[in-house]
Amino acid sequence: MAKLDSKIPSGPLADKWRKHKTEIKLVNPANKRKYEIIVVGAGLAGASAAATLAELGYKVKSFVFHDSPRRAHSIAAQGGINAAKNYQNDGDSVYRLFYDTIKGGDYRAREANVHRLAEVSVNIIDQCVAQGVPFAREYGGLLANRSFGGAQVSRTFYARGQTGQQLLLGAYSALSRMVGQGAVELFTNEEMTDLVVVNGQAKGIITRNLVTGELRRWAADAVILATGGYGNVFNLSTYARGSNVTAIWRAYKRGACFGNPCYTQIHPTCIPVTGDYQSKLTLMSESLRNDGRIWVPKRKEDCRKDPASIAEEDRDYYLERMYPSFGNLAPRDIASRAAKRVCDEGRGIGETGLGVYLDFSDAINRLGEPAVRERYGNLFDIYHEITNENAYKTPMRIYPAVHYTMGGLWVDYNLMSNVPGLFVLGEANFSDHGANRLGASALMQGLADGYFVVPYTIGDYLAGQKPGSRPSPDAPEFKEAEANVRAMTQRLLSAKGTQPVSHFHKRLGQIMWNYCGMARTKEGLQKALQELPKLREEFWASVKVPGSADTLNQALENAGRVADFIELGELMCLDALTREESCGGHFREEYQYPDGECKRDDEKFGHVAAWEFQGVGQPPLRNVEPLNYEFVKMSVRNYK
Amino acid sequence: MVAEASNKTISVTLRVWRQAGPNQPGRFVDYTAKDLNTNMSFLELLDVINDDITRGGGEPIAFAHDCREGICGTCSLVIDGKPHGPHRGVASCQTYVRSFEDGAVITVEPFRARPFPVVKDLVTDRAAFDKIQQSGGYISVRTGAAPDANAIAVPKEDAELAMDAAACIGCGACVAACKNASAMLFVAAKVSHLGLVPQGQPERDKRVLAMVNTADALGFGSCTNQYECSAACPKLISHDFIARLNRDYIGATFRTAFTPASANTGGGA
Amino acid sequence: MSLFGNLFRSSVGRKFLMAVTGLVLVGFVTGHLVGNLQIFSHPDKINGYAHFLQSLGPALWAVRLALLAAVGIHIWAAVTLTLESKQARGPEPYGVKKWIRASVASRYMRLTGFVVLAFIAYHLAHFTVGVAGAETFKTQLAEYQMKEDFHLLGFPIVAKGQTVHDVYSMVFLGFANPIVSGFYLLAVALLTVHLLHGFDSLFQTLGWRSAKWSSALRTVTVLYCLAYLAGNLAIPGAILTGLVKPAGGTTAAQRLAAVAPASLAQR
Repeated sequence: MAKLDSKIPSGPLADKWRKHKTEIKLVNPANKRKYEIIVVGAGLAGASAAATLAELGYKVKSFVFHDSPRRAHSIAAQGGINAAKNYQNDGDSVYRLFYDTIKGGDYRAREANVHRLAEVSVNIIDQCVAQGVPFAREYGGLLANRSFGGAQVSRTFYARGQTGQQLLLGAYSALSRMVGQGAVELFTNEEMTDLVVVNGQAKGIITRNLVTGELRRWAADAVILATGGYGNVFNLSTYARGSNVTAIWRAYKRGACFGNPCYTQIHPTCIPVTGDYQSKLTLMSESLRNDGRIWVPKRKEDCRKDPASIAEEDRDYYLERMYPSFGNLAPRDIASRAAKRVCDEGRGIGETGLGVYLDFSDAINRLGEPAVRERYGNLFDIYHEITNENAYKTPMRIYPAVHYTMGGLWVDYNLMSNVPGLFVLGEANFSDHGANRLGASALMQGLADGYFVVPYTIGDYLAGQKPGSRPSPDAPEFKEAEANVRAMTQRLLSAKGTQPVSHFHKRLGQIMWNYCGMARTKEGLQKALQELPKLREEFWASVKVPGSADTLNQALENAGRVADFIELGELMCLDALTREESCGGHFREEYQYPDGECKRDDEKFGHVAAWEFQGVGQPPLRNVEPLNYEFVKMSVRNYK
Repeated sequence: MVAEASNKTISVTLRVWRQAGPNQPGRFVDYTAKDLNTNMSFLELLDVINDDITRGGGEPIAFAHDCREGICGTCSLVIDGKPHGPHRGVASCQTYVRSFEDGAVITVEPFRARPFPVVKDLVTDRAAFDKIQQSGGYISVRTGAAPDANAIAVPKEDAELAMDAAACIGCGACVAACKNASAMLFVAAKVSHLGLVPQGQPERDKRVLAMVNTADALGFGSCTNQYECSAACPKLISHDFIARLNRDYIGATFRTAFTPASANTGGGA
Repeated sequence: MSLFGNLFRSSVGRKFLMAVTGLVLVGFVTGHLVGNLQIFSHPDKINGYAHFLQSLGPALWAVRLALLAAVGIHIWAAVTLTLESKQARGPEPYGVKKWIRASVASRYMRLTGFVVLAFIAYHLAHFTVGVAGAETFKTQLAEYQMKEDFHLLGFPIVAKGQTVHDVYSMVFLGFANPIVSGFYLLAVALLTVHLLHGFDSLFQTLGWRSAKWSSALRTVTVLYCLAYLAGNLAIPGAILTGLVKPAGGTTAAQRLAAVAPASLAQR
């Protein structure tokens, strides 16, 4: 069994982080350059961590599988970033942001982590503005805010509908500066394919250069994974096509525990699926729910009619009806499930019946089309490009889609996994969002981890490592890991199958969406757990990966990633099956209140499940980290 | 209305540039795809063709793509002679099959420029853009040293204009479209974004000189004011920013030449 | 890089030099045209004006050298930038490449530039050095005697009765030749096309253009180019078609009368 010590500092909630910072060990400036740190991934978390660690004086190597660090999928976040600045004078505070996040996460996150997140949120905004991030401003020149789901204050900072892009470009510029100065060595097109553990500590990685196919061994004093989420296990999601689980999955197979893999966020406002060729679902920012009203027809027979012909009294604004105080701004999991429910009742709209209307006619009448265009113009444009429909004239059609994974590698308060020396940041870890993430909080967490948490906490680990003690990349552990990767590559290339990788990815996605999606049941999950091992075996027997290992081979890249996704799917279903309660993004139909709300079981499941790998096809071990709520009372989430 | 649009199917032939690797000869190869739903995106069309190629025992077409929602800047196709295809203001991934006629023959090529060498088929190496950024595309501010975000007011107009420039996704369509393979729109967008906010002022001169000179050294061509770049830009970044860049560059050239500089720039303790 | 490094080596620096030298040359051709339009006035005007320019001596040479340098830098920058840009485009041409919005004028800058250069060479040989069309060169013609005092900006330049080169007749006689006029017409037309992009570009390169001003600047450019073209077409056009006849008593009037075809004489 893995030892899970969360290392949460003692003392009052609001003092924990401050106290921890003064108590943890430091590395003196002259010694910092003697330590090498590997950072995998250069999204918000990875780029901010790499840049900051290099500023501190560490020798940093940054690895990205993209052709440039600026391509990481953080770039696609549209809506905004939360911070407890209270610039709007509407009663916001660090405590409120903390509380909203804990509550939004359905009481399945660590109090101490979340409070720290809320504390540093204010520094993030300062940092980003200093980097030149062009946040929206008011006419007086001060920063503007908007409101977002799950909060009753306006604390979201934004840069049009491209907040993630602007924050990423800020972090990327900081990283570029360090690369330019030679403090960070940047390796693009370089995919991490294994973690190297020496004497129980993470001391390096194996990478495959995606252009030349070369496998390389890299030794370091510590390894940071900031490789994002794993929502592409569903095949169709709002993730970039390249987003994958491989880095953290291979770390999991080397002993890092996987926390709460079944916590998946389904975003309520995406463009519905149109056909089986589809590769991607596009998100329409949650900010649209500020002014858009969600409805379906009251009667099934109206569903195929032109929405304009359906009279006001025949429309069911179901979020406003079910959640009068939050209305269309109900948290994502609640809004998503409500959409599923009305569609299951047969009242879904569009060809597939899997869609609901997001209607702006009220907002256009109230504010005028130019004002709506100013706020959401680019989103309306995106919608038009994809659907060929004009949302100023006819309501948008939306449906929930997989958007974020709250689960990830288990980390302690220092963001270190149970494998010493392995740090995990951003979406790749499980830490701050509990069972559901609030809108505009992912960007906040990625940057908090990278700019303001790991630069401190990694020192505590490194101070215990003798400078220059890192192993040679020729050590047997490195050679073994490289041979492991080489063998997997060969196995993929030599499979004499007939089906392209996409075939298996689609089938995996269907299984996961049907049985481990918005609503889960014991029977369904059991069925999935029968089907997934079969799919895994079929994959290895009949996948066809053309080309060779020593050139750019996108089929080979995908094959490795999908192989990992299939294994991950089993773990997610197992986690979902074992968690016999409903909470946040994990909804078990057996555990709900009569009105369809999540029924948690704090007694039995008020804990983190951290899974420990025991071999492919072998049941993993379920370790438990109890969640001790010292300051907040776990209660039933109520957004009515 | 919705059902009609998506039930329509067409067939097209893609004439695709195939090149096994850098510095190897390439050629166009035709692939026909039938019964395509017109709501399919252009990249999904390539997916479909690739699956067919794979099933038929061939090697699929390598093409760069990632987010498929027009923001990451990875996709980079020249479709029928235009970077990112026939429509203005979209990336290749936001080009849809509905934009083409039934039976059309569509030529698909990589972005071409010497600083963007072809890696394979339709994939090019655009690391040169990162190098330009590394030469000065930043504000030198250490993490943790920032004043309160509202300490400096930024006029809304400036912030909006900076955002217009900052919308650049770094795809390289400007270079691909320019007959001189000039990177000026990219450099201008970066320089203008940082040059328009007060935080960017201290390094403004240094930045513009470094970034332009780096772009030159990397082998990008020069701007001849034809504005093909801004016409091809998926984010419609205005070539006004190039005018701004020119002004900044010349201003910086004269300012740095005539501004007295301290001989003792070394730090303290 | 230093001041000169940035100006002479960087792409933007050389574009700036092209713009500045272009501006100088636009100024020159404009002044030149305005001076030449005096052909439609009394012969005293253009001959007195020409005499004034000739009498500047070293100053004239300074201006000539400056103009020559401007032309030289303009061409040097154009050639080096073009070669680099060709290099930048890479080894493999596009299979299909379509223009999106580049103006026609902008696509033929090299062609128009070459023709203009050839024309400048010929034009200098013709009217300045006297190599081409030597028999009608001013030094081969009888001196012109001023009918009145000639003033420029109020300054007395040439006194009544003084004899000067007969530029007036030289221009008339030169343009009476249809081949010379034809080449001239073609050249100024192409120069106008060159200016149509060049003049507009100048605002962009010097950083004065912006979306707010672009249509106004474009209008200014187009109006200027039309005026320039009209002015330049007027001189050979009017002479060639006989719409304007040399003033009576000038060498040009005498010689043209002698060779005039019957049809022209009848008008």
